[in-house]
Amino acid sequence: MKAMKLLAAAAVMTGMAFAGASTALAESTLDIVKKRGHLRCQVGQPSPGFYNLDKDGNWYGSDVAVCQTIAAAIFGDSSKVEYQSVSTPQRFTAMANGESDVLSRTTTWTLLRDTQLGLDFTTVNFYDGQGFMVRVDSGIKSSLELAGATVCVATGTTTELNLADYSRANNLDIEPVTFEDKNVRNETFYKGGCDAVTNDKSGLASTKAEFPDPENFMILPETISKEPLGPVVRQGDSNWNDIVMWSVFALVAAEELGLNSGNVESVRSSTTNAEIKRMLGVEGNLHEGLGLSKDWAYDIVSQVGNYAEVYEAYMGGGERGIGITRAGSQNALWNQGGLMYSPPFR
Amino acid sequence: MPFCLDNSMFNFIYNEKFRAVLFQALTFSLVAVGIFYLFTNTNENMNARDMKTGFDFLWITAGFDTDFHLIDYEAGDTYGRVYLVAILNTLLVAALAIVGTTIIGFFVGILRLSSNWLVAKVAAAYVEILRNTPLLLQIIYWYLLLLAFLPRPKQSFDFLYLDVFFLNNRGFYGPSPSFESGTTLFLAGIAIAIVAVVVLFRHARKVQDSTGRVMPKYSWGLAIVVVVPAVAYFIAGQPVGWEVPILKGFNLRGGWRVPPAFITLLIALAVYHSAYMAESVRAGILSVSKGQTEAALSIGLDRGLALRLVIIPQAMRAIVPTMISHWMNVVKNSSLAVAIGYSEITALFMQTSLNQSGYAIEIVALTMLFYGSVSLTISAVLNIYNKHVQLVER
Repeated sequence: MKAMKLLAAAAVMTGMAFAGASTALAESTLDIVKKRGHLRCQVGQPSPGFYNLDKDGNWYGSDVAVCQTIAAAIFGDSSKVEYQSVSTPQRFTAMANGESDVLSRTTTWTLLRDTQLGLDFTTVNFYDGQGFMVRVDSGIKSSLELAGATVCVATGTTTELNLADYSRANNLDIEPVTFEDKNVRNETFYKGGCDAVTNDKSGLASTKAEFPDPENFMILPETISKEPLGPVVRQGDSNWNDIVMWSVFALVAAEELGLNSGNVESVRSSTTNAEIKRMLGVEGNLHEGLGLSKDWAYDIVSQVGNYAEVYEAYMGGGERGIGITRAGSQNALWNQGGLMYSPPFR
Repeated sequence: MPFCLDNSMFNFIYNEKFRAVLFQALTFSLVAVGIFYLFTNTNENMNARDMKTGFDFLWITAGFDTDFHLIDYEAGDTYGRVYLVAILNTLLVAALAIVGTTIIGFFVGILRLSSNWLVAKVAAAYVEILRNTPLLLQIIYWYLLLLAFLPRPKQSFDFLYLDVFFLNNRGFYGPSPSFESGTTLFLAGIAIAIVAVVVLFRHARKVQDSTGRVMPKYSWGLAIVVVVPAVAYFIAGQPVGWEVPILKGFNLRGGWRVPPAFITLLIALAVYHSAYMAESVRAGILSVSKGQTEAALSIGLDRGLALRLVIIPQAMRAIVPTMISHWMNVVKNSSLAVAIGYSEITALFMQTSLNQSGYAIEIVALTMLFYGSVSLTISAVLNIYNKHVQLVER
């Protein structure tokens, strides 16, 4: 852990020190990725729902699906991804020094991160909010009852800042205990080292699912923050930004247009809907602006699916899902009361 | 002859002094140019990526909280104050761990040389087990052990059954003093006791040197240290109040507290490094020739006195140089606390602050500056001590 941290720190410093000032930005990320033959996609330590490992060591999850979506758009093959599992405090460093092409790992979009780290947020693939989880036998029913409580939290996150804000605003005098490693954090909470653990609610649901006795834990009703999570790219390459952003939009648009991995092949040949034709490359030249092949969106939908399929499989009630209801939440489509919205494919 | 090397104009090239200066100047300017290049190029690259640079961030509000601080700190304070909090937390745990390491190390090192087979083997097993497993693993092991065995706050373990020290899975609690009028008299009592003990010890030494009579200075000294301040305390009308931690809501409130991560780190660092220390002590003692022990015993000293007055002082010459590096390692390895969430400089400043502010290079540099200065200070202090214990050659 220490070695990794020092390496990362050393890497960013030497990277910045030796990179030729002008050449560093000359080659586009798309060219570099194409030449390499696979996408370097940064995820976090395994966390059910978003990015997790199956027993064969393959990554799956909703943020992993974003990596696959981008690979499908570029290579026509969603498996051409090298997953980089980086600890939370190292995530931006690994992006800034060029280690990863894209970061897709429950990272909250904030003004500071978007403007001061040399990074750009592309779009949102999951709307989340911060909450608290407690033991059922603690008798706590609301986060406002946490006055004087000890709360476990991950270091270097917006969660940590929100906790301090919430504690100050409500005069709760909460004592945070911070952890770099989420497993140690969860273990500390599980063993009673904290009265509560705080994280994005989806993250809490996934932590709860990992406990051997999930029925003894409950997530408090309050949501204390906005946590728009989405993929991040390095600043200064707007073509690459577009590719990542529109790959995610393709997932959402596919759901809206009724496309899914099962029907996309037959719909492509039979449809009369002009937008579907443009999106799937039957008509028009939308792909040219992105620098991708004609089939980029078709490859995404046929190999990864649409947003609903991804959500159901990993976040919802699917076999590997963590059971977060989508209907009525912010993650529903815009025309079903949610915030998931894709600009038109035109 | 166009290139006459004997030409007196070039003779200075063969001048030894000139060449020495020339090569030093060349090396220096190369290093300087290298540093200048790295510095400007880094700056240029960071500007090209729109990353912020400079040390202004030290005056920006940090916005996060921490559960353990020796000076006042709250979420609205600046990154500069976070740096200070982190430094003090590191120094506290490192200083205590160094004391622990040294005491346990000397103890185990001497036990390893015991003529009792069982004692020597137990000490050897202690050293081997601790030296041959990674420190990070040991820290996490101690932490999970502590978490598993410590009670919840409502069932706090009443340490020493005094109703003032408590141990639970949120930390170790103790009373904090609050001073009222009359404190000066009490402090004066303490000062008088200290002076009295110093005088007593000097006198005892003089008596021993001139007559050979050994005075019971330790029991007398202890009596003075206890009785004089106690008398002053009651004459002054009990000026020091104690704020005792009591259960309020979720946790104990009042008094002082150190978190479980602090206790863990202290134990893990002291125990781990004591194994290395023990080996240094053993090597030091073995470096003193056997004749010294025999001579000491033959003039009538018992084994304990021989060790204390003859062997250890000579062994220190061999022990101190390695002790320097053990102490520095304790300070540096305290950075592993990041795994269990103790707010020392690596966790609080290099991890949390770096992530929340994004000033990577500045923060890494400040952290290195801290570790560097602490190591150099330890090295300087112990080197002075080392000079003091080395053989004085006449």
